[in-house]
Amino acid sequence: MSARDLLLPLIAVLVLAGLAFSGLSGTLLNLLIFMMIISLAAQGWNILGGFGGLSSFGHAAFFGTGAYTTLILQTSLGVNAWAGLVAGVLLGAAVGAGIGFLSFRSGLKGSYFALITLAFAEVLRIASNSAPITGGAAGILLPLDYGFLNLQFDDRRWFALIAILFVGAALALTRWLERSRFGAYLIAIRENEQAAQALGVDVFRVKLGAITLSAGCTALAGVLYAQNYLFVDAHVAYGPWISIEALFAAIVGGLGTMFGPLVGAVALLGLGEITKMVSGGVPGVDLLVFGAILILTVAFVPGGLMSLRQRLTGRRRPRGETALRSEEGA
Amino acid sequence: MLSVDGLTKRFSGLVAVDDASLAAPEGRITGLIGPNGAGKTTLFAMAAGFLTPDAGTVTFAGEDVTAEPPHLRARRGMARTFQIVQPFAGLTVRENIAVGAHLHHPSRAEAMERADAIGKRVGLAKDLDRAAAGLTVAGRKRLELARALATQPKLLLLDEVLAGLNPSEIRDILPVIRAIRDEGVTILMIEHIMQAVMNLCEHVYVLAQGKMIAEGPPIEVSRDPQVVEAYLGHGAAARMQAAGGADA
Repeated sequence: MSARDLLLPLIAVLVLAGLAFSGLSGTLLNLLIFMMIISLAAQGWNILGGFGGLSSFGHAAFFGTGAYTTLILQTSLGVNAWAGLVAGVLLGAAVGAGIGFLSFRSGLKGSYFALITLAFAEVLRIASNSAPITGGAAGILLPLDYGFLNLQFDDRRWFALIAILFVGAALALTRWLERSRFGAYLIAIRENEQAAQALGVDVFRVKLGAITLSAGCTALAGVLYAQNYLFVDAHVAYGPWISIEALFAAIVGGLGTMFGPLVGAVALLGLGEITKMVSGGVPGVDLLVFGAILILTVAFVPGGLMSLRQRLTGRRRPRGETALRSEEGA
Repeated sequence: MLSVDGLTKRFSGLVAVDDASLAAPEGRITGLIGPNGAGKTTLFAMAAGFLTPDAGTVTFAGEDVTAEPPHLRARRGMARTFQIVQPFAGLTVRENIAVGAHLHHPSRAEAMERADAIGKRVGLAKDLDRAAAGLTVAGRKRLELARALATQPKLLLLDEVLAGLNPSEIRDILPVIRAIRDEGVTILMIEHIMQAVMNLCEHVYVLAQGKMIAEGPPIEVSRDPQVVEAYLGHGAAARMQAAGGADA
């Protein structure tokens, strides 16, 4: 990976930061922050589901662990928010490694893997709904206290900037995947596990590494969510909604691409918001739109929005790699 | 280089490989032939670690590797191709080969460079940027070979790399295989095409119904009455002799 590889993530960060500081209204700024959080969750999902071909239906397990960890540490132990963030990411990654160890050891793939991850997330949801440490059904509230160390800002643009920087870091991580041996091995496993094994790939270890990275990234989204709303309960943390939004954004944006999850999150949440405004706030109408978009994407643009761009520009290029691939995909 | 001793594999009631032994001496091309369903591919899968034998041992470069998973055997220098080709369909030919090259070249750029060189060597120079899914049968067979070669193996297990190729394609690829051997890579190949076996192998083993029934230089083995019967049915050898070999 060279400095040039980081150019696109850097441009994305600059554009998003410029947007955050362009004088957006409070509502729009909140939407931008929420887009960044969902993007991070989806970027995490994309590492495992997009690059590794292992579709999880339970990324809530990591999101929720990140969210709960930081709030519990702050409220009951008085740890500062940044340490809480690091702990949340690490614990989320550890939960990923644990679920990965159990699933991959038993060779779970495809729908079996999706189901087992869903089961883990649901168990965590039910447990956290009744356990005293997670505040039971009441959840955990973090008292309002502005300050950099508390990761709470009177001027919400600063929080947006921090979320954007993390999204940028996740973009860089994805770029590294595209440029490294680990990433090449992960993609090889997605394409053909047996062939990868024959070429010396330790399938178990690569998958375990992928789910750990993926879980850490999604846990970071959970930490930011908790930090943004200063509240978390079992449904928000471990509910299926976040598992679904993470995979929606990644699939709609483009599986296994660097910008896919970000583009997907922005497109989905943006459209959802517009629908809510137009319909005058009918509850759940944005979910209806999400479903329709997913169906349209899978039917007409199976490669996601990112492949749309390649399809449009591919015609004008010489017969390069992308042009050929989109022909085959079509 | 490789020796398997007394390998046995049962699939519930069926004994696919029954107490089979063979050796692939260093620097040679050894052949494994036999009628369809003889258990050749099963034997290969056990040699490469994709199946665990019910009995017997696999020894590679003097070490017992019977219980080792495939990726560790690959790191020791054992590479295999698949009879039913297994390309990474969504990747380009170059990226496919690079996965193999990564075994000894952690850097992406180096692995891609190696992939270029190996792709050219097996005759895939024009196709390096194509998606593997778009290759012809012959191209895919070459890709299997290239990927295995990219791991810099000491031993190459080739499972019917010539099957499905037309005679001119076979003529093109024979020198490639011989050149690999000349560089010091030991080869064990399963092959149906007798012309190729005669042409390449110094020593062949014949597997029929899971049992090793003959071994020796290809010419001798092809005249062995037991081998003829295994291929053509019971009594065939006697009838051929009676007919003075005219029908052969």
